[in-house]
Amino acid sequence: MTQAPEKPSEQDDLPPVPEGHVRLTIDDRIVDAPQGELLIRTCERLGIVVPRFCDHPLLDPAGACRQCLVEVEMGGRKMPKPQASCTMTVAQDMVVNTQMTSAVADKAQQGVMELLLINHPLDCPVCDKGGECPLQNQAMSSGRAESRFVEEKRTFAKPLPISSEVLLDRERCVLCQRCTRFSRQIAGDQFIELLERGAHQQIGTEETAFGEGEDFQSYFSGNTIQICPVGALTSASYRFRSRPFDLVSTPGVSEHDSSGAAVRRDWRRGAVTRVLAGDDPEVNEEWIDDKTRFAFRYTQSAQRITRPMIRGEDGSLVETSWTEALERAAGLLTAARDGEGPAPVDTDGEALEPKRGVGVLPGGRLTLEDAYAYAKFARLALRTNDVDARARVHSGEELDFLAAHVAGTGLGVTYGDLEEAPAVLTVALEVEEEAPIVFLRLRKAARTGTAVHHLGQWSSPAVVKTGGRLVRCAPGREVEALATLPDPVADGLAQPGAVVLVGERAAEVPGLYAAVSELVARTGARVAWVPRRAGERGAVDTGLVPTLLPGGRAVDDETARAALASSWGVADLPATPGRDTAAILRAAADGELAGLVVGGVEIADLPDPDLARAALGAADVVVSLELARSEVTEYADVVLPVAPVINKAGTFRNWEGRDRRFGTTIDPSGGSAGRVGGTAATTLPDCRVLDTLAVEMDVDLFTQTPEVAGTELARLGTGRPATVGPVRGPEHPDQPETTDEEGTELRLASWRQLLDGGALLADEPDLAGTARPPRIRLSATTARRLGFAEDDPAEVEGPRGSLILPVEVADLPDDVVWAPARVPGTDGTTVVTLAGLGLGHGGPVRLGGGSPMSDGSPS
Amino acid sequence: MGLFDGVAGFGVTFSTMFRKVVTEDYPRVKKVTAPRYHGRHQLNRHPDGLEKCVGCELCAWACPADAIYVEGGDNTDEERYSPGERYGAIYQINYLRCIGCGLCIEACPTRSLTMTNEYELADDDRQDLIYDKERLLAPLLPGMEQPPHPMRLGTDEQDYYVQGPEMARRSDVQDAVREEIPMVPPREPAPQDGVSTEAVEQSSVMSTGEKR
Ligand code: SF4
Ligand code: SF4
Ligand code: SF4
Ligand code: FES
Repeated sequence: MTQAPEKPSEQDDLPPVPEGHVRLTIDDRIVDAPQGELLIRTCERLGIVVPRFCDHPLLDPAGACRQCLVEVEMGGRKMPKPQASCTMTVAQDMVVNTQMTSAVADKAQQGVMELLLINHPLDCPVCDKGGECPLQNQAMSSGRAESRFVEEKRTFAKPLPISSEVLLDRERCVLCQRCTRFSRQIAGDQFIELLERGAHQQIGTEETAFGEGEDFQSYFSGNTIQICPVGALTSASYRFRSRPFDLVSTPGVSEHDSSGAAVRRDWRRGAVTRVLAGDDPEVNEEWIDDKTRFAFRYTQSAQRITRPMIRGEDGSLVETSWTEALERAAGLLTAARDGEGPAPVDTDGEALEPKRGVGVLPGGRLTLEDAYAYAKFARLALRTNDVDARARVHSGEELDFLAAHVAGTGLGVTYGDLEEAPAVLTVALEVEEEAPIVFLRLRKAARTGTAVHHLGQWSSPAVVKTGGRLVRCAPGREVEALATLPDPVADGLAQPGAVVLVGERAAEVPGLYAAVSELVARTGARVAWVPRRAGERGAVDTGLVPTLLPGGRAVDDETARAALASSWGVADLPATPGRDTAAILRAAADGELAGLVVGGVEIADLPDPDLARAALGAADVVVSLELARSEVTEYADVVLPVAPVINKAGTFRNWEGRDRRFGTTIDPSGGSAGRVGGTAATTLPDCRVLDTLAVEMDVDLFTQTPEVAGTELARLGTGRPATVGPVRGPEHPDQPETTDEEGTELRLASWRQLLDGGALLADEPDLAGTARPPRIRLSATTARRLGFAEDDPAEVEGPRGSLILPVEVADLPDDVVWAPARVPGTDGTTVVTLAGLGLGHGGPVRLGGGSPMSDGSPS
Repeated sequence: MGLFDGVAGFGVTFSTMFRKVVTEDYPRVKKVTAPRYHGRHQLNRHPDGLEKCVGCELCAWACPADAIYVEGGDNTDEERYSPGERYGAIYQINYLRCIGCGLCIEACPTRSLTMTNEYELADDDRQDLIYDKERLLAPLLPGMEQPPHPMRLGTDEQDYYVQGPEMARRSDVQDAVREEIPMVPPREPAPQDGVSTEAVEQSSVMSTGEKR
C-alpha cells in the first residue's frame, strides 16, 4: 500500500497507480488498493475500524448484519444509501466516508445497532462472552447511549444444546451467520442452518427444528463458538466457568495430533479453562479441531501422578521421594542392562541364560526435546538401540521409508503446498479422523481446484467433503491399486507440485511403503508422512526408532555414529540396529530382555496388547514415566511422574517438519497456581527426569531443561547418509492369504476415529458426546447377502474376541467389513481395539449376528 | 491573671462530667448497630432452603480488597444446591481483608449475598477468619430443607426469580427475611441490661441488601 499526501488537490503529483490496483479516497485519505479488495479490508489497512459482526477474513463475504455501513460516492455522485463495506470491493476514484467522517454513516450504524439490540437480552453479567464481546464493544463505540425500546423482549428457551459440546442461546444471536458459513465453507458440515423468518429467525439444527434428526455433528464445531461475535454459541465445558478478564492467555501448540496447530490456552487458578485456536496462517489458519479444543482436563484428572512411586514390599505402589525413586530405578536399570539381575530358571529349576538389556518404549507424544533425551538415554545410559516410539502398527519397511523420505529432511511439504498442489493423493490416511487440520487444508484446496484423491475403501465424510474422489480398493490390495492408478490420478500426480500424503497405517499393508516410494519416484510427486500423534515426527528426527540416530543418521553408518559419539563425548555408540516395538515386547516376554523403560504408551494402542502385557509381566524391571496412572504403571517397579505439555516448554515437530516451539503455560512453581480445592503439582519434563536418572547411572545427558536439550539437538544438525537405501518391501509381495472359513471370505478395513477414548480424552464427557458413533460398514450387496439391515447389530469376530456394533451401509467394495479400529467401552474406561481382538486391516474377519433369512433389504 | 484562670482550662472537663457518658460497656452490653450496618456477610436461601448463590463470582470481582473467593459448581438433578445450572461450590470470605464496603452486595445478581449486623469478627487464629460457606450460609428456618434437594417451588429457576416474592407471601412457604424483619426492634435506645446474644443473632438475619 502506498499512502499519498492527504490533500486530494495534490493528486497530480501522485505516483502512477500500480498495476492491478485502484486509487480511491477513504476518509479524505488517498489510498491504492489491489483490485477486488473489500472496502472493509482497505479501511483496516488505514487503521480505520469499521464495526462489523458477520465479516470474517477467512469466510466468504455475506453482508448479513449491516453493521459495517459506510457512505460511498462513485463518479462524483453519492450512492443513495449507505453501503455495507464488507461486501463492496474497491473501485477507481471511489470516495468513501466511514463513521469517522460521515454523520450519515455514523447514524446508519447506530440505527443498525439499535435494531440488533431490540431483542438482545441484558445478559452481559452472566454471558460467557461478556468482556470479549464484539457486540458489547461496538454497542459502546457505535451504538446509541440510550435505548428507546421499552417493550418486552422476545425470549427463547435457553440454552439449547445443539450438540453435547455446543450450546445455543438464540436470544443473543445477531444472525450474522458466521457459524453457518464456517460449517458450510470451511468444515463442510452442514448441520446448522438459519431457520424461520422475521423476529423468529434463529440458528438451529435438524434436531431443534423438527424435534428429531441430526444434531451439530462436526469435528470442528468448537470454532463456531470462537467466531460467534456474541455469546450465542457457548461451550458446555467452559460455560459459566470464568470470565475473559479472569484468565491468563498463553500461546501453545496442539498436543493432540501432528498438525502443530497454534492454540491459545486460557487458564486461571492453576488449571486450563479453555483452549482456543491460535492464529497462524501458515499452519492452522484460525481453526482447530474439537479434540484439540476441548480435551484439556486430563491434566487435572484424579489419575494424575504427581509424586514418584516405587513398588513396596506388599506389591503395591507407594509414593516416595525423588531421591529414593531415582536410586531404585537407576539400580534396577543398571543391573538389567548388565545382565546382573536374578537369573531366570526354567520349569525344571535349571538356571537359564541371564536376561540382559533394557528396551525403551517412549510413546509417540513426546516433545522434540524430551524425545532427544530419550534417544540419548537409550544410547548412553542403557547402551542399546532397542528403542521405538511407535506405539502402533509398524514394520521394518516403515523404517526404510522413514530413513529415505522423512528422517532429518527438515521442512518438506507444507500446508501451503497442499493448497497450491494441482493434485493430492492420500494413502492409508483418513485425513479428517487422523489429521483434522490437514483435512481442513485439503478441503480449502479442493474448493479452489486441487484434485484431492483418497486411496481407501469407502466414501467417508472426508472423501465427500474434499471433492469425492475415491480410488476404491479392497483392504490389503493398496499396493496393486497404487500400481494401477486410474489415469486421471496418475496424470495429476505427474504434474509439478503434486503431493502424496501417506499415513502411519501404511505399515499395516506389507509393501505399501515401498509402493508409495516407487510411486513418487515414478510420478515425481512430493511425498509427506502424516502420523497421528504429535511426537512421531520428532521421534523419527531424534532417533527414537531402532535404526536411526538423531538428525536422520543411520545406526549402521559408521562415520555418522563416530561423529555423534564424539559430539556426545563417548568412545562409541551401540552399533547394531535395535529391535522395534514388537520385537522388544517379544524379547521381554521371552525372557531375553531384562527391563523396559516405558513412556506414555497405552497398551491398547499396541499391535498386540496381550504380548505387551506378557512382556511387562515377564520383565524384571519396568520403569514408567507417566502423567497418570495407566495399565503400564500397574506393572511398573518405579513410576516417575512427568509434566504435561501445559507445565513445560518444548517443541513439537509437526508432520511438515516445522518446529512448533511453545513456552510453559502454567508454571506451578511460579506461585501463580495456588489452586484451591485442586492440585497444582510441580512435575518435571521427561528430559529433566531422564537426565537425573542418567546421573544416578553415572552418565551425563546434559538435558536438564528443554532449552539445553533443544540447543544441543540443533547443534548436532542433520547427518543423513549420502545415499539412503531403497525402501524394501516384503520379499514376495504376497497376497493376503485367503482363509476360507465358512465361506465368508470377508476382509476387514479399519482406521481409528478422532474421538475414541484415548488417554488424553480423559474426563471430557461433553467431548465424548460428539464422537462419531462407531458403526460397522458393509456394501449393500454384502449386507443383503449376510442378512443385515441398516442398524442391525453385527458382531465382528476375531481370534481373541468380538465386538458388536450396528451396521451401516456404505459404498464399500463387496465382501469388505469396515469397523473403527478402537471403540471406547460403555463404562468410559475400557476400550476395545480390533488389534486386541486379533484383527487387522486387510486381514480376514468373520461377521456374526446376521439373519440371512430376513429380507434384509438395506434402506 | 484572674482568680479563675487556673481552672478555666477545665471548663470542658467539668461540663463533660455532667454529660451522658459515651463509653460502651462492651462486651457486657452489646451495642445494637444501625439497621444498615455492614457486618458479617450472609448467603441467603430461597424459601425452600435452596441456596441463592449461583457461583457467578461477581462479588469476588467487585471486592476492592480481594477478600472473596468463589468456585462455582454444576447442579445436577440428583444433587441440587440452587435453582438453575450453577451453585457456589466453594465460597470463602477472608475477614482479614474485607473492609466492609458492601460493594459485593451491590454486585450480587441474585441477592444471595447480603450483610448482617454481626460485627464480632475477631479471632486469635488467622485461618479461622477465612469464613467458608458453612459459616456464611443463612440458618435453615422453619419450612426450609437442607440442600441438596430438588426445586420445590417451581420447575425452573425463573419460577424462583420471577415469582419468588409472591411465593414468599404464601402461607406455606415463608421467606426468611420477610418473616424476620418485624422482629428487629425499631430504633429504640438499647436496653440497659444489654441485648442478649440471641437477639443479636436474630437481628442479624435482617440484612442490608435484602429489602423488597
Ligand atoms: S452477547 Fe455480548 S452483548 Fe450480548 S449478553 Fe453476551 S456479552 Fe452481553
Ligand atoms: S449463533 Fe453466533 S455466529 Fe451464529 S448467526 Fe448467531 S451470532 Fe452469528
Ligand atoms: S454471592 Fe452473589 S455475586 Fe457472589 S457468587 Fe454468589 S450469586 Fe454471584
Ligand atoms: S460486517 Fe458487513 S454486513 Fe456484517
